Order: sequence, then C-alpha cells, then structure tokens
Amino acid sequence: MITAGIDIGSKTVKIVALKDAKEIVGQVMILAGTDVKESISKAWAELEKTAGVKPGDLAAIVATGAGKGDAVNARRTVTEVSADAKGANFLNPEVRTVIDVGAEEGRAIRIDAAGKVVDFAINEKCAAGAGAFTEAMARALEVEIKELGPLSLKSTQEVAMNAQCAVFAESELVTLVHAKTPKPDMARAVHNAISDRIVSMVRRVGMEEKVMLIGGVANNVGFLDSLQRDLNTTVIVPEDSESVSALGAAVLAAEEA
Amino acid sequence: MAEEFWRWTESRWHDPDIDWKKGQVVSAGVDVGSVSSQAVVMVDGRLYCYSNTRTGSNSPDSAVKAMGMALEGTDLTIDDLPYTVGTGYGRVNVPFGQRAITEIACHGRGANFMYGPSIRTVLDMGGQDCKAIHVDEKGKVTNFLMNDKCAAGTGRGMEVFADLLGVSINDVGELSLKVEEEPEPVSSTCVVFAKSEASGLLRAGWPKEKVLAAYSSAMAHRVAGLLERIGVEPDFGITGGIAKNVGVVTRLEKEIGIKSLQSKYDSQIAGALGAALFAEALIKKGAKK
Amino acid sequence: MLANYGYKDGSGEFFITIDTDRCNGCGDCVPACPAGAFEVAEEDPNDPLREEPVALIGEAQRKKLKYACAQCKPASSRPPLPCVEACKAGAIAHSW
Repeated sequence: MITAGIDIGSKTVKIVALKDAKEIVGQVMILAGTDVKESISKAWAELEKTAGVKPGDLAAIVATGAGKGDAVNARRTVTEVSADAKGANFLNPEVRTVIDVGAEEGRAIRIDAAGKVVDFAINEKCAAGAGAFTEAMARALEVEIKELGPLSLKSTQEVAMNAQCAVFAESELVTLVHAKTPKPDMARAVHNAISDRIVSMVRRVGMEEKVMLIGGVANNVGFLDSLQRDLNTTVIVPEDSESVSALGAAVLAAEEA
Repeated sequence: MAEEFWRWTESRWHDPDIDWKKGQVVSAGVDVGSVSSQAVVMVDGRLYCYSNTRTGSNSPDSAVKAMGMALEGTDLTIDDLPYTVGTGYGRVNVPFGQRAITEIACHGRGANFMYGPSIRTVLDMGGQDCKAIHVDEKGKVTNFLMNDKCAAGTGRGMEVFADLLGVSINDVGELSLKVEEEPEPVSSTCVVFAKSEASGLLRAGWPKEKVLAAYSSAMAHRVAGLLERIGVEPDFGITGGIAKNVGVVTRLEKEIGIKSLQSKYDSQIAGALGAALFAEALIKKGAKK
Repeated sequence: MLANYGYKDGSGEFFITIDTDRCNGCGDCVPACPAGAFEVAEEDPNDPLREEPVALIGEAQRKKLKYACAQCKPASSRPPLPCVEACKAGAIAHSW
C-alpha cells in the first residue's frame, strides 16, 4: 500500500510517497512559484517521473502546509503542526521537541512517544520569526542565501543586532556596514537574532530531549550553530529537512488508509 | 544610478520679521530620528526657524546638519544658542545639546503648540515608529503607546512600497486616491509579506494606484488599531512624515470617524518644537549651557 | 499617566501598561521578572516634571516583549504573573 503526503508551503511544494507506512519510495520538492496549482501539478508529474508513482496508485493522500486548501486530489488536510510531529517521530522516535523553521512561519512543538502533539507555539505573520528574515538579510549583505551560514561560522566577534523587524534589521545592517563591520560578524548577528526568537518560542512549550530541527532553515549551518548554543544542546537535523512535514502527512495518510 | 524613490525633499524656513537679538528667551530643539532630523529655534515662544532633513549614517553629524540648515539665512549661529534640548533616537548624541528628553514628552508639547490647547489625541507616524499620545490642555502626556519594533505603519514601510512601485515617496499619497473603487486592503500586516503580496498583485495586472490604495488602506487600518488601544478623544491631530500622505490620512480619518486638525506648521517638526519648548521652560527656571 | 510599552506586529499585540500615577518607584517588580524586563528610573523619561522615581520597561526587552514574557506565559496555561503579583500598587497590566 502506498500513501502520500503533500506539503504546499509558501516557498516550495513537497511530496513524499510512503510504502506500507515504512519505506520512503518517492520524494520531490519544487519551487512554489507564482501559480500554486501549476506547481502542484508539476510536483505530481515529477514524482511520477522519478518514482513511477501516480496519484491513482495511492491508497490515500493527505495535504498540509499554507496552501493545503489547493490540493485537489488530497482526501483530507492536516495541520502543519501535526504533520511535523508525525514526520519527526517517524525519523526518530526519541524526539520530543520539534522545531520547524520555514519561509514564513516558525514553530516549536512538543510531542510524545507516538508522535502526537502535546503543546505548540507558532511565530506567524512576522518575517522576523522565519526564513524570510535570513533571506532578506542575505540580500542586504549581498550574499547568496546558501552562503550565509558558512560565512557566519567564520565570525571572530559577536556583534549585537537590536532590531526585531526584518525591515529595520536591514537598516541596522547598513549602519554596521558603514561602521566597517566584517561580513562574517554581521552574518553571525543575523543568525543569533533569529535564533533568539525561535528559542523563546521553544521555552514557551518547554524543551525536552531529543530536539530535532526541520524546515528549510535547518539547512543553514549558521542558524544551527546559534540555535545549539542558545539551547545548550545538540540538535538533530535530518537529511531532507524540508520534506519532514510531507512525510508526516504521508504517515497520517497510512494510519487511516 | 537607480532613482531613489524613497528620497523626499528636505526643507527649511525662517520668519524674517523676528529679530532674535531683541528677544528675551531664545531656545532650541533638535529631533534626531532614524530616518529624518529636524531643528527648531524659538524666540519668546514664537517659532523663529526650522529645518527638516534626512538623517545620515551618523547621528551627531545629522544633528549639526539639521541645525545648520535651520539657521541658514539668519545671522544666528549654533554657538549663540543659549540652551538646546535633544530628542528622538539620537537625542543623547547632539554635540551642541545640553539635555535629552524623550520623543513622547516632546511630541505632546509640540502638538499642543502646533494644534492649540484643544488637542487631546496625537498620532505621530514617523520614519521608524508610530506613536499614539493623549495630552491635557498644557500638552502634558496622560497616556501613550509607541511602536518602534515593527515596520508596518511607519515611514519605512511606505518607502519599501514606493521603491517597489517606482513611485516617488512625495507622490504615493495622491496616487493612491486615483482609484475608482477602493480595493480590498493587502492582507498581511508585515511589510515583507505585504511586499510579496503586492508583487503578486502587480503580476496579476493591478495598476500602481490600486496596489498603493490596497497598502494605504492596510496601513490606515493597522494604525487605527493602535490608536484604538488608547482611544481617540477629540481634538485629534497627526504629526510626522506620514501626516503628509493624504492617501493614508484620508483612509484613517474615515476609519476612526474623526478628522485631524490642520496646522500651519510642518507636521514633521512636532518633536523638535516640543524640545525647544522644554528648553524655553528650562531656561526660565535658570538652566544654562 | 498610562505608559504602554511594547509593540504590535503581524503576530499580535503585546503591551505592558504601567500606570505611573499608581507607581511609586518601589522597584519590587524588578527582581520579580525572570527576564529582567523592568527597571526603575530616578527621572521618568516620558514625564520630565515628575519628581518620584518610576518603573519602566527597559530597552533590552521592550521590543521583544512577546519573547521576554514567553517563560511566564506558557502555550497552554495562564498562571498568575510574577510582576503583577509583586506590584502592591496594582500599577502593572498586560495586554495579552
């Protein structure tokens, strides 16, 4: 039996196909672009091409993500929080705290041994609490987003960033540039700033080991470094961290199929 | 070089009928904000001269530039000023200042001067902050709220849109009113997300004025919400740069159901005016440089 | 004077109100707050004519109140707030 989960995020669309609720047999991720419906079709086409799996082959499809309402061939939808919880639990049943930092939303979730949600806190509708922040700062520093993390690891001194808004932080960076602050130090300040906000959310739900970080921003080594220092623990980052929510949706699809 | 749509026009003015040398009390105020800086000089409680300038990368230099520009065309120099109060973000860094007083207190006093003692609710929409202030008949603050954490509802937010649409910040207000039908406001409060939303609208074929209308509407709604937290008691007056944005002001007045008083003074000098008034009060109490 | 410290952003409104007419500057709120959000100033920065000291929200936490207060406001319950309990004058209120 094959089930699938589709996560329609603000930046990317992910699909994970799961066989017998155990084995991942297909996985795709494409940019959401400006036409969500077209991106969804493209994602299914890509899944068929790479894994030979078609919507018709599936016993059940569950959708999640900001755009879940647009998933026409999904039987039902689930919240991102429950999908994150199941996905993290599938990958590592010892995880009790899940941190998901996506393009537009940041979430801290506490889960139990079965992957059920115990408590959660969300940073929504404010760019400073999600990936949109690091993206805006990377642009302001004229650095590719995938370079921002490695650059920040070269920092030799801590520089404070006081602005709590992506727009004001950009102005603050301009002031730091005028003061000839080295780029690695500014990059590190950016990661410390967003980590500070994410960690406050984690404190609202309480941190319990083990901790897993998922979502697009999990790939940012600079953010991971700041986060681990702030939480004073090692954080697990799975491969394909962006697809964990879709995976969770696929697991939920299997539970009901 | 790309045109800087966010750059607004600097200005200065002085009263040619006042001879400061014949005055009893000459006092000065400087408001150094993160986006703009103003300087005001008063002679015996009358406005003598003022300037409205763009803050540079350095606060102390911006204070000097603002005061220098205010004094241009007069024979008064910075060294002649008996007492100067600084306010705004850069208030502790005014090289020629004697005291720093926060913008809340200064805006209350300044609005009382600009609008008269009937003013009870002041809304200041500045470059990087938004303040709602209740004052008594003397301009003393009785209730205040300031948001300087979030760019929504501030001049920076509007600058982002002026830049996105390639429209000069001086023109965004008027242009936003050139719509036949008022569109739905932009749904995101956050400027970053609102900008993405606006890009989508542009791609869908929306003309610039419609996008501006949608954003101005959202901004007015947000600011109205902030005002509602402390309540709007008449008389009501708006200060700051956005007071000059007729698109936001009209929509805001409609939403709260009360019109702003009009003042013959530049809306951006309220803080510096209040600072100069505090300086005058301090001089009368014996304060010296 | 009602001093409202905090902000409103896309995720909500987060203000702590200090009623300076009730506040006598006793400073009990300062150690009560685990985030160190409160300070006592000898001179009220927003009321130059006030003669008593006054409590205010310091610069360190003012723009991060949602996060500063997070530890006292867990996601699923609402225990009494230490700062509100500590203030005998009843000068402190939270908007969320």
